[in-house]
Amino acid sequence: MSAWLAVWDMLPVLLLGAVTTAEITAGAFILATLIGLSFAVAQRLHFRPLRIAIAIYVDVFRAVPVLTQLFIIYFGLTEIGIRLDPLPSAIVGFGINGGAYLTEVFRAGLESIHQGQMEAAQMLGMTRLTALRIVILPQAVRVVLPPLGNFAIGLLKDTALASAVAAPELMFRARTLVDKTFLATQIFVTAAAIYLAMSLPLGYLTRRAEARLSRGRR
Amino acid sequence: MTWDIFVDSLPELLVAALGTLRMTALAFLFAALLGLPIAILRLAGGAAGRLAFLYVEIVRGMPALALLFLIYYGLAPLGVVLNSFTAAVVAFGLNGAAYLAEVYRAGIQAVDSGQREAGQMLGLRRSQVMREITLPQAVPVVLPPMGNYLVALLKDTAIASLIAAPELMLRSRDLAGTYYLPMEFYLLAGAMYLIMAWPMMHMVRRLERRFARGRLQGGAT
Amino acid sequence: MKSGPTGESAPPVLVLAVGLTKRFGEIDVVKDVDLSVRVGEKVAIIGPSGSGKTTLLRCVAHLERPTSGHVAIGGERIGEKLVNGRWREMSDREIAGIRTGIGMVFQRFNLFPHLTALENVMLGPTRVLKQSRAEAEPVARGLLHKVGLAHKAADYPEKLSGGQQQRVAIARSLAMQPRLMLFDEATSALDPELIGEVLNVMRDLARDGMTMLIVTHEMQFAEDVADRVVFMDHGRIVDEGRPRELFRSPSHPRTQAFLRAVVDRQAMIETPAS
Repeated sequence: MSAWLAVWDMLPVLLLGAVTTAEITAGAFILATLIGLSFAVAQRLHFRPLRIAIAIYVDVFRAVPVLTQLFIIYFGLTEIGIRLDPLPSAIVGFGINGGAYLTEVFRAGLESIHQGQMEAAQMLGMTRLTALRIVILPQAVRVVLPPLGNFAIGLLKDTALASAVAAPELMFRARTLVDKTFLATQIFVTAAAIYLAMSLPLGYLTRRAEARLSRGRR
Repeated sequence: MTWDIFVDSLPELLVAALGTLRMTALAFLFAALLGLPIAILRLAGGAAGRLAFLYVEIVRGMPALALLFLIYYGLAPLGVVLNSFTAAVVAFGLNGAAYLAEVYRAGIQAVDSGQREAGQMLGLRRSQVMREITLPQAVPVVLPPMGNYLVALLKDTAIASLIAAPELMLRSRDLAGTYYLPMEFYLLAGAMYLIMAWPMMHMVRRLERRFARGRLQGGAT
Repeated sequence: MKSGPTGESAPPVLVLAVGLTKRFGEIDVVKDVDLSVRVGEKVAIIGPSGSGKTTLLRCVAHLERPTSGHVAIGGERIGEKLVNGRWREMSDREIAGIRTGIGMVFQRFNLFPHLTALENVMLGPTRVLKQSRAEAEPVARGLLHKVGLAHKAADYPEKLSGGQQQRVAIARSLAMQPRLMLFDEATSALDPELIGEVLNVMRDLARDGMTMLIVTHEMQFAEDVADRVVFMDHGRIVDEGRPRELFRSPSHPRTQAFLRAVVDRQAMIETPAS
């Protein structure tokens, strides 16, 4: 019982870690969305070399574990003189990895919009780019909201791996405390509970977005 | 990386890759089998259904790493001591079961309810309807997501390196440390994961093409 | 087969398609078609499924790139431009510019679901013609009134019937003040009782003097509205002429066969069941 009381005292440290977790998640999410959106749009403009390059990027980064990518960025780059701090490495690593995943999500979202929409917009005198911006993307956003939500939740959980490169997020703090106090059960349960507290609301919101989208659609 | 270093390390890495594949296969089996009863409980509803729901929500709400640590480090003080490989298989299996339970549930619900009603009108019992009519039709729907999960699981096993389980990432880390060549060895590991994952990804894409539901097409004359 | 009415002081040619061929894979869906449409003329294109009529229309809109041949609108080729004596492909922006003068009504309406009816109609003028909302809105409302849907201005497409959606689509095209309107089987996707309201709007448009190229299955409508009817089969223009002659006393055997099949079906609907 005293073990749990001890853990109560450690809560502030863990919560501080949770804040860093949120930072990494937010940073990586933004980076991944920027990459994914630009690449998905680029793939729809008929330029073959670019399409192939993006396809290779997507396949490679989706076949290699994110932990490996993280290690390459944090440890590997030092060999060629690039030394990144743990936090930026994590954001860049998860961001680039996520970008590959989101490229596919956005691509599917854009494709799900019926070709007739593009043609109607073109017949009103819009260029392809304008049509994408005004007609296709607003519709595609609604379609990709659920997968984006799920991606955000997955990202939140993935940030735990940043503990392996000593980023001061929740899992790292937990591991450090376990090393010091040996209260593995209590500390890891608490850390898991904090992750749950962060991911469950996100999951709820995503599901509500999903439900609202499938309603009122012919 | 000199050629000698590469040649010396390769056997070790290949053995470790085999460990990765073994871990993936066992965890996948565990998850695939455990997922089905959970899905069925969820669909059945009631108290058991709510328990199943809770299981899925909790397991999926935390990182796989947290689950791994809980099972490997957290159970030890309570008397349950597993070696790292087993702990990894159990952790990934439990995590995967929660994920696949949702995949199964979606697949079963995707089968048109009219099918069930037709079966019932032929006099089939509910369990027969499930076995003869619903599940066979749910299989093509769930195969692509299961394939995707398999690829994701292969990559997730790298996490087990953090509890020193005998797989590829751990071995590359050791070698990277031994030779002070992190970039080369991690890139090499990355390439090996790519080689292992690529056939699976290719197969999943073929499955998706065969079984994906057709999109609405505009009529053209 | 060359086409065009023999006229003394006929209006200028607005649409001129020369040697138009479109190949998909192994098949020539449109084979060496010549077509001309004068200002103010209404031309109906009829024919069996797969005859290439929709593809021909889409080539005029340059939604399909012709395999060979070309289309000129008002004397300007769409899709190609003369650069240093050679024909080069037009940029997306240039093609878009030409399309502001063409309106197209699709079989599946293609209204923008995330915009209200009014916003659908205003989109072209505000975003392409760069008009202000204050300029565009009264015009848009006027057009919705003209097609009988002023009271639905604030509704989203999902709330409208097929016939209503198609009428909004027509208003949307008209907002760009095109000189040419293309209709791709505008009523084929509609429930029978909704077809009439759309045809009436098209009739009004014809009466107002719009140049129209209409792909349709509605033979009675074609006979009423068209100045000229073109019959296509297997990618070629097989027959054409004034509606009365083509429908009442077709000379070409394929035209006869097609019309017989269509008329029989329509007769079945019109004969009351006893």
